[in-house]
Parts: sequence; C-alpha cells; structure tokens
Amino acid sequence: MTNATIDPPVTASDLMLRVSGLNVYYGESHILRNVDLSVPCGQMVCLIGRNGVGKTTLLKTIVGLLKPRTGAIELMDSPINTLSPDKRARLGIGYVPQGREIIPRVTVKENLLLGLEARPGKRRNATIPESIFELFPVLKTMLGRMGGDLSGGQQQQLAIARALMGEPKLLVLDEPTEGIQPSIILEIEAAVRRIIEETGISVLLVEQHLHFVRQADRYYAMQKGGIVASGETSELSRDVIQQFLAV
Amino acid sequence: MLELAVGIFNGFSIGSVLLLAALGLAIVFGLMGVINLAHGELMMLGAYATFVVQNIFQGFGDGALNLYIFVALPVAFIVSAIAGLILERGVIRFLYGRPLETLLATWGISLILRQFVRSVNGVLVLGIVLFCLLFFGGLWFLSKRTDWERIRTAAISALLPLSLAISAVAGVLVSKTGVEVLTKPWFSARNVDVTPPAWLRGGFSVGIYQLPYSRIFIIVLTVLCLLGIYWFLNRSIWGLRIRAVTQNREMSACLGIPTDTVDALTFAIGSGLAGIAGCAITLLGSVGPNTGQNYIVDVFMVVVVGGVGNLFGTVIAALAIGIVTYLIGSGTLALMFSNSDALQPLTDFFTFFAATSMAKVMVFALIIAFLQVKPSGIFPQKGRTAEL
Repeated sequence: MTNATIDPPVTASDLMLRVSGLNVYYGESHILRNVDLSVPCGQMVCLIGRNGVGKTTLLKTIVGLLKPRTGAIELMDSPINTLSPDKRARLGIGYVPQGREIIPRVTVKENLLLGLEARPGKRRNATIPESIFELFPVLKTMLGRMGGDLSGGQQQQLAIARALMGEPKLLVLDEPTEGIQPSIILEIEAAVRRIIEETGISVLLVEQHLHFVRQADRYYAMQKGGIVASGETSELSRDVIQQFLAV
Repeated sequence: MLELAVGIFNGFSIGSVLLLAALGLAIVFGLMGVINLAHGELMMLGAYATFVVQNIFQGFGDGALNLYIFVALPVAFIVSAIAGLILERGVIRFLYGRPLETLLATWGISLILRQFVRSVNGVLVLGIVLFCLLFFGGLWFLSKRTDWERIRTAAISALLPLSLAISAVAGVLVSKTGVEVLTKPWFSARNVDVTPPAWLRGGFSVGIYQLPYSRIFIIVLTVLCLLGIYWFLNRSIWGLRIRAVTQNREMSACLGIPTDTVDALTFAIGSGLAGIAGCAITLLGSVGPNTGQNYIVDVFMVVVVGGVGNLFGTVIAALAIGIVTYLIGSGTLALMFSNSDALQPLTDFFTFFAATSMAKVMVFALIIAFLQVKPSGIFPQKGRTAEL
C-alpha cells in the first residue's frame, strides 16, 4: 500500500466507521482482500478506483448486503458484522446505492416516508421535513408521482433524500453522479456538501467525478480488491488521479 | 333475459368464492412469489375451525347458533394465519427464490395437513405440545449462552431427536391408557357438515328463480375482504412495507424495514384469507380433508390469468372464470341460442359442454388459449416475481 500521506492520529472514538482486515468472496472468487478503511466523524471520505476493483462490493458489505468471510466492521466502536441490513440502517447507516434503487411502484411521498423506517421511534409523526425540500425542491412538486416515473437525476435526488429521512449518522453514497446530466451533478454535489455542513454526518462516497472527489476530506484508492493508496484529497496528485480515477 | 341475469348472478357468486379463495394466494403467490400448494389445506383448516366453532355454539342454544358465523370468520382467519405463520417460519423462509423446492415442500405439507385432520386426537396434540415445549424451550434456554452461535448446530442436532423421542414415548404411554377422550379422532376421515345459520338458509325470489342468501353473504364477504385488503395494502404502514419489500427486497432492508417480519406477516395474512375462504365454503357444502384440493387448481388459474401480483387482475379473472363456467355448465348459453335454427350447431356445441365437469374442460381450454396470447395474464407483474 502506497500511502500518499501519513494518516493523521485519530482515536477510536473519533471514528464513525472502521473496517479492518475485510475479506469478501463471491463463491470462491476472492473480491475484497484485507481491506482497512476508516471514516472519521463529520468527514467525507471518498473511495476511488477503476471499474470492477470492488468499491461497490465494499459498500454492500458495510451496509450488510454481503457477508464478509473475515474481518471486522465497527460503527461508532460497536461491531456490526453479524447484523442484518435493516438493523444496520436503524443504527444509522443511510445507503444510496448505485442505480438509485427507487421503489418503482410507490409514490415519491411513500418512497420518502419509507426512509423513516431507519429512525428510532419512527412513525409517530409521519411527515416529510421542509429541510428535505430545501435540499431538493424538485421533489416537492412530484410527491404524487410514482418513483419509477422520475428521470435519473430526480431519482438520484429522491434516493439521497430518502436516506436522509432516516437521520443517518453515516451516509454511504455509491456513484451518485453516474449517468446524471452535468447541471444535476452540481446540484447533488452542493446538496451533499450542505448536508455535511448542516448535520455534521459522516459520508462515505464512491465517485468517479473528479470535481466531486475533491469535495471529500480524504480518499482511499482501490485496486484488485485492496486499498492501495489513501490520504487527504487536497494532496491528490495527477499520478494518483490518472492511475485510479480514469475508467 | 332473466335467465341470463340469474346465470350471471350465479356465475358471479361462483366467481366470488373463487376470488375469496384466490385473494390469499394473490398475496402469497402474487406478491411474495411463493408457490404454496398447501393453500387449499389452509382453506380446509379454516373450514374445520368453522365446524368447531359451530359445535361450540350449539351448546348455547339456537339464538347463539344463529350468530356463530361472525365468530367463526375471525377464528378461521386466526387459525389459518397461525398455521401459515408456522409454515413460513418453519419451512418457506429457507426456500425463498427456490420455486421448485418450495413447490415440493408445500405439496408435502399439504399431504401432512390432510392426514393431520384425519388423525388428530388428544394424544397427537399432547405429543406436539410436548415436543414444542422441549425443543423450542431447550433452544430458548440455550440461546442465552454467550457461545450460542458456536454451539447452535450441535444443540439442534441433540435437541431434535431427544425431543422427538420423549414426545413419541409419552404419546405411546398416554394412548395405552385407553382414555377415549384422548384417543378418539376429533374429525375422522369422513366429511363433516356445517349447518349455515337459519338466516342464511333459503333465498331471495326473482320470478321463478331464487338467489340463495348464503351466496349473497359470500359476495358481500368477498367485497368486504377486497376492500379490507385494498385498504391494508395501500393505506396502512405495513401495506407500504409489504409493497416495498415485494418490489425491492434488498433496498427495503437497507432502508430499515424488517424484511423477515414483513415476509411472515404477508404470509400470515394470505393464509388467514384462505381461512376466511374456508369458512365461506362451509356454507356451500360439507367439508373434508380433501376440500382444499377441489379449489387449489382453480385458484392458481385465477391468479395466473389475472396477472401474478395484481389484485385487480385477480378480481377480473375470478369473476370472468366464475361467470363463464356457470353460463356454459348450466346450459344457459345453449338455451340462449336454441331459439334460432341457424344457430343450431352452436346450440349443439354448448349443449355438449353443459355439465359442470365439461364446462371446466372448456374454461381450461379457453384459459390455455388466452395464456398463449397473454402469457403474463391480464395485468402482467412488474415486481420481484417478474425478476425471478
């Protein structure tokens, strides 16, 4: 592993998420190899790497959709390896998957209300806070439409809004700008930046879009299922970008 | 014209029985994608629950007997829902996404349930209760240990034969006492008769025809169940969870929806509806261990023709199949064409099919032809089942 910078000293309690020695297999294919990664509280960490290096697999393992063969995943110092995805969501992991995964045949409003499922003490007041519409004004005009009828950009905004409805402590975003038109990419970038500033939540982001990558505090670069470089995004060199960010 | 109207009413009532039976399956098979061949037996359990409730009410006199159906309906729902819940938790949840294994397992369970109602007696129930206490009690006790995950398989391997052996020995010992209350079968293999309440006997006269009250009651019950299910699925929070899980299971779990609980609840509600259908069919004739088998093929046909996973399609399909079956089987169609000599071949054709079994043959042939044109039914499914 080639550390572009030396990791700053962080204590365990400063970390929202810590992944250590993670090994994940698809059948007998070894996909993730001894992955170590951490997301400090209130920071945005970006995971970069070419297609097929295991970024989405890592995120799916963190949210609980895939089971690691070995290794540990800790959320705020508590091990979550054995927990199901719904329990992890209720502990504070909000997930915006690649391809958005909007529930197609329920309305935008119902999609948003489903986000409340992750909130402890949910449903007593099943309303959508105005702050969601301040972040994504377009959703307010589409509450009655089916989720599957929205455009890609609108679905992406809905997916992020839905995750935010659960008031997560850690927001996991898998290529939120993939296949989205440039003007909407800027809106999504601005929204994610605003979310971090206003709520102080941590963000783990997989992204190919350089402008968005630079919004993060730190980066991890993946190659062949392992972390091969990490450091501050302000120090992202041209070499690293060319090696890991180009498709 | 009156004949046609009465024919349509009777077909409508047959369709409503089919619909009531198919509603539960539309949820279990349509929404969850589970091919549950034991659905007919869950109906049968509902019918037997109605029989038991009726017998209990007989002890309270005629006044109470007139009202037993209103107690039997929720009891049948609960009995079948609990049976369905045990089926889902004990067998089906291990087989999600494996339709062939599910089909075989549920067929096996349907045989077990049929034999169960033939053989059930005090000794059998005692044995089952003892087994559950020993096995599940033992598991519960051991699950308190910190190393539970490590010893889980070994514990189950030890507890299962041990509990089975103790329960079997206890059962044999109790049956040796020869106490008739414990050893006499509760229902036996023969059909049992459930007498409808007095106010459901007879019918509403229209000219020379009569519309039986029991069939009107079933139509009203079907409409109420439909409205209830529609409200539950579209207006309640659990309905929203069910719709979300059936459309995108993984994402629903990532949103914090307890998918296991949703699966269990969906299956229990589908099974409970089968119980209500079982209660309803006791108004039409006697019930026996094979009652469910008479309905299962028709019911699957209704769900498939309607479009798997679409409640509205199920309604249309059930009513259409019911009405067409009756119009052909009763000879109403043959009678309609008999006035004209030019239509004599058509009259002969429909007369040939003017019997219940022959009408079924024709309806199935029509369904097969229809599925060639629209293989996904009237309203095709777009959710999880479509992706399987």
